[in-house]
Amino acid sequence: MASELNSVDLRVSIASLNLKNPVMTASGTFGYAREFEPYVNLHRLGAVVVKGISLEPRFGNPPPRIVETSCGMLNAIGLENVGVERFISEKMPALQQANVPVFVNILGDTLDEYREIASRLAGIEGVAGIEVNISCPNVKKGGVAFGTVPEMAAAVTAVVKENSTVPVMVKLSPNVTDITVIAKAVEDAGADAVSLINTLIGMAINHRSRKPALANVIGGLSGPAIKPVALRMVYQVARAVSIPVVGIGGIETAEDVLEFMLAGATAVQIGTANFVNPRASEEAVEGLARHVATESLGSIRELIGGLILP
Amino acid sequence: MSQFQKKTQITRIERFSSDIVRLTLLAPDIASIAKPGQFVMVRTGNGKEPLLRRPFSISQTSNGKHFQILFKVVGRGTSLLSHCREGEFLSILGPLGHGFTVDCQRLNCLVGGGMGIAPLLFLGKTLSRVCPENTPLVVLGARNREELEPLVQDFHELGLNVHPATDDGSLGHHGLVTDVLKKLDLGDDCEMFVCGPHPMMTAVHFFCRDRGFSCQVSMETSMACGMGACLGCIVPVKNGAYAHACSDGPVFDSKELLWQVS
Ligand SMILES: Cc1cc2nc3c(=O)[nH]c(=O)nc-3n(C[C@H](O)[C@H](O)[C@H](O)COP(=O)(O)OP(=O)(O)OC[C@H]3O[C@@H](n4cnc5c(N)ncnc54)[C@H](O)[C@@H]3O)c2cc1C
Ligand SMILES: Cc1cc2nc3c(=O)[nH]c(=O)nc-3n(C[C@H](O)[C@H](O)[C@H](O)COP(=O)(O)O)c2cc1C
Ligand code: FES
Repeated sequence: MASELNSVDLRVSIASLNLKNPVMTASGTFGYAREFEPYVNLHRLGAVVVKGISLEPRFGNPPPRIVETSCGMLNAIGLENVGVERFISEKMPALQQANVPVFVNILGDTLDEYREIASRLAGIEGVAGIEVNISCPNVKKGGVAFGTVPEMAAAVTAVVKENSTVPVMVKLSPNVTDITVIAKAVEDAGADAVSLINTLIGMAINHRSRKPALANVIGGLSGPAIKPVALRMVYQVARAVSIPVVGIGGIETAEDVLEFMLAGATAVQIGTANFVNPRASEEAVEGLARHVATESLGSIRELIGGLILP
Repeated sequence: MSQFQKKTQITRIERFSSDIVRLTLLAPDIASIAKPGQFVMVRTGNGKEPLLRRPFSISQTSNGKHFQILFKVVGRGTSLLSHCREGEFLSILGPLGHGFTVDCQRLNCLVGGGMGIAPLLFLGKTLSRVCPENTPLVVLGARNREELEPLVQDFHELGLNVHPATDDGSLGHHGLVTDVLKKLDLGDDCEMFVCGPHPMMTAVHFFCRDRGFSCQVSMETSMACGMGACLGCIVPVKNGAYAHACSDGPVFDSKELLWQVS
């Protein structure tokens, strides 16, 4: 049975990048991948996306940074990371050994920062793709998030694309009125794929102390609680653009992956579920293989956008 | 670094009081390599609520096969755990983090408060084995006799003498563990091992700083992953930076951390 499952066709492609299977790990939930080596055979995953990297190292927000909510969690990590130079010198060598495609998630406060990080990463061995986090505030535009204004989202996409040698996937924020407008804007600006959704902005309050649960007051909601919202947005975006869509939000199992693929996702990312079950990503791959085998599908690609509408 | 995700069987449940429970789990992989001060992440149910695992110190291991966690019911996760039955299985990640560093040449002093006593039992047991010539001092505090007595018992079984303190005076000194520390003869080369409520650890840190003692503290923070991935479990260090309790700690040299005088 095991060898039979190994021969199941789970391959998908994102622009020029061919992945063994559609299961990736979501930025900020899988560290720099090595943290998961005791639990996961990294080479069995479609790809890993590492923690968001900025030009300079960031300390992140003060504690408390996380709080559990109903079927999910809020986080306000504040994009703590080692910065692009240390990422390349300290984290990349281990990732190169891991034998799995690596997407580097990047973020910046200004267009120039995005440009600079993209060009530093260009040509670095082992970087298979760039994922652009556009949910960050544009400090030159009064702190409005890049991902909420079509022109700004397009501008970031264009500078990263110009300075990259690998496929560029733009990660969309769900905290917008119409996500399809942003998706089309980044597609027109040259994005090779879009991934969605980033976390939904939320809040938790401790009524006894009368204080917000997070030091940052607001934070990003993730986990099973957001899955219906994510599915809806993936469905809408997949119909609006012709580039591949990577679905993210509350995915825990192979069944969840199938739902996102039916809604139009070419691939998916598993986030918060890694904390609960560090093997979630590899188990999802195994579950997909079983599904394709038992349903006698030619390949998993047959399911993409295969939703049967009423 | 060896870590495991295991379905472990509950082989024994002890209820020390209305809200303090100790579980014994059969987990040779984890028990055989665990060190005092390390912890495990426990899934308290199978559903999506509560979603995240809960961290608990390894309170004791035996025969390299079993380990124990000792906890107090404070919310949903601990309440679910307290209703487990013998024979049931729990999903555990561990052993996680960096534990205590021991030096048999010094006077070792264990200071625990409340559930912070849990990892100190494992430490006391290990010290008795690796430094048989050097009996550690043990100072334990809790709210009252009901909470403290069963925990003190475990240390007595190791042959260790305990200096107890309770908030209500129902067992031992009426007051804080730091009052007890001030009265003990600690010499001039003492190493403190501290785990308990934050105000207690702060007080012991300053006590040690003033006397020139070394002080290892086990920090408690909220944790989502327990393995260095979420970056949620920070404790402030110098220069505006943060350390991660799960992967850099949970045990730290107290001098590395930032403490606020309360
Ligand atoms: C490294 C580490 C080791 C730990 N070891 C132990 C241990 O050995 N024994 C043990 O009992 N606990 C231990 N804890 C604390 C334990 O993880 C929490 O008590 C537990 O996560 C609470 O889960 P819950 O779902 O019951 O409470 P939640 O529903 O998450 O919280 C309920 C309420 O209790 C509060 N709360 C949370 N933690 C505590 C706490 N420790 N004391 C009082 N109130 C709290 C919350 O703020 C909230 O208001 C440890 C924590 C860490 C980080
Ligand atoms: C603790 C934490 C940290 C995150 N950090 C990042 C990040 O650095 N960059 C980013 O683009 N997304 C980040 N995310 C968002 C996730 O990648 C993902 O989009 C989101 O959590 C929804 O997926 P999930 O419900 O499967 O977790 C983070 C999420 C969590 C929970
Ligand atoms: S608990 Fe996730 S990094 Fe420490």
